[in-house]
Amino acid sequence: MSGREVQGLAVAVALLLAAATIPFSGSGYWLGLGVTIAMYTVLATSWALFSGPTHYISLATAAFFGLGTYVVGLGFEVLPYWSLLLIAAVAGAVLAALVGLATLRLSGVYFVIFTLGLAELVRQVITWAQNLSGQKGLYVLTQITEAQIYWQLLGLAALVFLAGWLIGRSRLGFALRIIGDDETVAAHSGIHTARAKILLFMVPGLVASVTGAILAPRYVYIEPALAFTPILSFQVVIMALLGGAGRLWGPLVGVIPFTFLWEAVSSNFPNQTTLVLGLAFLLIVYALPRGFAGLFDDLRQRAARREAAA
Amino acid sequence: MDILIIGLLLGGTYALIALGLNLQYGVARIMNLANGEVLVAGGFAAFWFYTAGQVSPILTVFLVAPAAFLLNWLIYRLMLERLVRRARSRGQLEVDAILATFGLSFVAVGVMLAIFGGDYFSYAYLARPVEILGETYAQNRVVAFLAAAILCLALYLWLNRSRAGLSIRAIAVAPESARLVGIDVRSRAAIAFALGGAVTATGGALVSSFLTLDASTGVIFTLKALIIVIMGGVGDVRGTILAALLLGVVETVVASLIDPGLTLAAAYALFILILLFRPQGLFGRRPT
Repeated sequence: MSGREVQGLAVAVALLLAAATIPFSGSGYWLGLGVTIAMYTVLATSWALFSGPTHYISLATAAFFGLGTYVVGLGFEVLPYWSLLLIAAVAGAVLAALVGLATLRLSGVYFVIFTLGLAELVRQVITWAQNLSGQKGLYVLTQITEAQIYWQLLGLAALVFLAGWLIGRSRLGFALRIIGDDETVAAHSGIHTARAKILLFMVPGLVASVTGAILAPRYVYIEPALAFTPILSFQVVIMALLGGAGRLWGPLVGVIPFTFLWEAVSSNFPNQTTLVLGLAFLLIVYALPRGFAGLFDDLRQRAARREAAA
Repeated sequence: MDILIIGLLLGGTYALIALGLNLQYGVARIMNLANGEVLVAGGFAAFWFYTAGQVSPILTVFLVAPAAFLLNWLIYRLMLERLVRRARSRGQLEVDAILATFGLSFVAVGVMLAIFGGDYFSYAYLARPVEILGETYAQNRVVAFLAAAILCLALYLWLNRSRAGLSIRAIAVAPESARLVGIDVRSRAAIAFALGGAVTATGGALVSSFLTLDASTGVIFTLKALIIVIMGGVGDVRGTILAALLLGVVETVVASLIDPGLTLAAAYALFILILLFRPQGLFGRRPT
């Protein structure tokens, strides 16, 4: 590890420890906000692990998230809780692999379209299955507290960052950066492009599914329209791109301001949330194509150039 | 048998909507995810004119189409052309276009929610029975199908026979070479995009006469149109029409035999089959 990496690691650990003390503040408001931010950090960071280097926009977060909540909703009375997290992880990875096998061998557009409807598709199938069996929703009554949910999410966030760092240093991460730059070149230099993409797409699928499983006890009552809410996928995309999907810490920088903005808008103008989502997309495309992280890099470069000139 | 015919009638209007998207994606290279909102806006216009002044949706089309043409032309010229110019590769343009049109689609939904509220809207236009081959069908579906069929035919002839139509197809096939033979690619692409929007809005006005819409249903139509375009092949009018009819029939079969809540699942099943076995489209040739 170089000196800079040690420095970065120390900052990350310090931030994580500081974040872990929030439940001791005793404030329900801050804890609730902490859970929201931790959840979006996990989702947006893992999203960017795949979509950052490959530039494939995945809109399937809600599908994986809902899958995880349903694993817990269906199984919490039968199996111990920790085993459900494992099952959710496997289920998310398998679903991601299937989606990847069907679409990632082809061009990116097919992938976007497929993921766009995936949450709705799974929702329709589950609603249909529920209609057949005659039940409407599921009650998830557990002893798990909000603070425990929060700590689990923080632990997951640490794992995601670690995984991102390791992937960035691995052959797989290198291969993906080449694919993102030029897929033809990647294929010609002997990279199995489809396999690399499918493998990496399993990471956000797995993480989103586990996140859904962790949050299931918080909902108490689960039904398809709640678990598979499509807006979650869009929020994650916006947060990750707003922060900058090219850097590991980028999505985090997008999550925090957007969470506050979203809270403010949805409590004051609940009917205008769609409009805000739309404006955020346009802002990213036209003003911040590389997110806050890109803006930060530009500023630093300009400062360096000015120093060199002076 | 009646399921088959209802499916074909539905597929006819899908064909029109998907042709609009195909013009936008095939020629202007913009994967327009706001397509469904254009459709819903067309439907809103038809609804409004019908309830306010008893104007038939068929007549409203003559107002909706030019308005949608102008609006889409402006959107392309003011917003999307910048992305085309900025993009260094096809892939980058696709990502930018997807995000930008997503933004537009959400903004459109937000605006429509603010104006019309979140209610479903429908009206009873030509809700009389009509008899075909011994079975009865709603007249509005038949009329919508006939109007869609005439428009599809007109578009097909225009694209294959007229000079302007041929130059638009040339751009779809080879944008670089089209420029070399003296076609103004930029302005033609804008026209194709605008025309695609007009066709989709027309489809929306027709669909609204027999389907219930609300401000946020657009995305479902976008998805179906996308699936049809991919099934039929980008830039292929025949394939698009066939794929649309196929989707209409499959959806109707699933809705009436299994469960009406599974229509999107049915569309997806078709989509997966196409992706696995004919990713180049129904009539497409395998790239060598």
